Amino acid sequence: MSEFLLGHYGYWLVFVLMALGLYGMVVKRNLVKKLIGMAVLQVAIIMFYVSTAVKWEATIPILDPALGASDPARYISPLQHCLMLTAIVVGVATSGVGYALVVTIWNRYKTLDEGELLERMKDDGDSE
Amino acid sequence: MGILNNSPALPVLILLPAAILIPLAGLVRERLAYHLAVLSTGLAAAVSALNLAKVLEGGAIHYWLGGWFPPIGIEYVLDHLSAFIVLVVNVIAFLVILHSRVLVAREIPAPGKHVPYYAVALLMLCGFNGILVTGDFFNLYVWLEISSLALYGLVAVGGKKSAVAAFRYLIMGTIGASFYLIGLAFLFTSTGTLNMADMKAVFPHIAGQPAAAVGLVLMVVGFGLKMALFPLHGWLPDAYTQAPSSSSALIAPVGTKVAAYVLFRLLFFVFVPEEAGRGLPVAQAVGWLSAAGIIFGSVMAIAQKEMKRMLAYSSIAQIGYIGLGIGLANSFGFIGAVLHVMNHAVMKALLFLTAGHFRMRLGHSRIPELDETARRRMPWTTAAFSVGALSMVGLPPAVGFFSKWYLALGTIDRSNWIFLGVILASSLLNAVYFFRVIERLYLVKSGPKDGESESAVSEAPASMLLPVLLLAAAIIVLGLLNAFVVKGVLQAAVPPGMT
Repeated sequence: MSEFLLGHYGYWLVFVLMALGLYGMVVKRNLVKKLIGMAVLQVAIIMFYVSTAVKWEATIPILDPALGASDPARYISPLQHCLMLTAIVVGVATSGVGYALVVTIWNRYKTLDEGELLERMKDDGDSE
Repeated sequence: MGILNNSPALPVLILLPAAILIPLAGLVRERLAYHLAVLSTGLAAAVSALNLAKVLEGGAIHYWLGGWFPPIGIEYVLDHLSAFIVLVVNVIAFLVILHSRVLVAREIPAPGKHVPYYAVALLMLCGFNGILVTGDFFNLYVWLEISSLALYGLVAVGGKKSAVAAFRYLIMGTIGASFYLIGLAFLFTSTGTLNMADMKAVFPHIAGQPAAAVGLVLMVVGFGLKMALFPLHGWLPDAYTQAPSSSSALIAPVGTKVAAYVLFRLLFFVFVPEEAGRGLPVAQAVGWLSAAGIIFGSVMAIAQKEMKRMLAYSSIAQIGYIGLGIGLANSFGFIGAVLHVMNHAVMKALLFLTAGHFRMRLGHSRIPELDETARRRMPWTTAAFSVGALSMVGLPPAVGFFSKWYLALGTIDRSNWIFLGVILASSLLNAVYFFRVIERLYLVKSGPKDGESESAVSEAPASMLLPVLLLAAAIIVLGLLNAFVVKGVLQAAVPPGMT
């Protein structure tokens, strides 16, 4: 049991981070906190991918004459890192759009609290 | 023609540079933005028609980007299914963009703001095209985020509440995309590949592992969110209602369909449902949730007083038909679902555009305030709306009938009488909420006090009427020709091994 818990501590950390992020996005009422939750969730996923690329006693995936090319176990997989570079860019873009929307909402309603926002939106009809 | 050898990549390669060129062209002259958008979507539609013809002639096309062969490189795959849906998406997008000039100018009145609008719209379409043609799971995620980010932007340019609707959509959409990405992580670490064909080959070896089942379920939940599968539909009504009419007409017909296409791809082509995680009933779960969504969406649509919101709830119900076809997992169900992708795209584009006409000319689209005046002043718009509404209800020979027909055949084939009951009941519910509008438009006499304002109301301009009438004609023509579509394209698209 302790082997199961300790042996996968990286995954447990990722799992806790994901849960925290989702909690923030769904439960928190402040829109900025929702976006922070989103960032936490995205970071958790990035760490999950990168942690799957870890290999002990292996080196960067550039051919090393001393190691040769015959044993793939001596080189770590670069693919996860490349994927996550893209995912980081996507995350930044999503945050950018999210914060732009938050600014717009603030300018229109002068609040970022979801409850107050719903109150103030009641007065407006549907968009024309 | 050398360039046509690259035709699978061309729709993306036309739309992406066009999206970047539009802001530059807008600097020279603002009107150029619209013309460039129409030109590029028209070209993309033409190329997709060519691609479908190629696929029909010679079978699936595999296009290796940069000459890197899969699974090292990214490949684009056009088979009967993707080529067909690409064509549907691009033709609908072309008609809606063609329609959008007057509406966008009116709904986004700030000077110069419609230039970025067209750029963002093209980015979204480019993302949709990418999702449809790619044969690589991570590439799909990137296209998904490109289209989603653009989509949030298109929603947020509407009225005062639109930013809030867009923000909610962003939160939900990002959760969906994140679930997909986590699911992909599980599958990637167990199979070591991102290429769809390669994954299909490797998958039987890992099918029993929990990681495979968890990965698949997370991916399906992620796209279920994007597809507005009940009960993950919460973002949809607000997003469709608050977006400007031309945005909703662009998003509603194709947005959720693209997510539905990914579910087709996942559940029927890459992971054969029987193998996925020891008979995990993923497709069946999608089917049952969709059945609930059909009833829920239809009942909620009856309760709405605002036309666009009614159409949004009706979209939840209609996407349910596609999910129902997935749940049936037989060839009739599959054909019905794919046919419904096309049919619903045509119908919803038409209905949202006519709702836009009503909003533009009457200043509102509240159903209880509609009456005969609208019909007398806007006869063509009203007629087109009625054609769309009748097709939604499912009266032959309109297209809406035929997809329901195939789905019903599929339920009989499976002896699934509950799904059959759902299809029949929802047709009745559709009749309730659409006939309510048609009744007001044709039978309710206008009140005397409306006399003053009504002189200002007139039919929408020709540039808006032409695409709407084309769509209305398409509903009838495609309905009459549905046998050709089914025999010529869809039967070849049925996944191997499905009966």
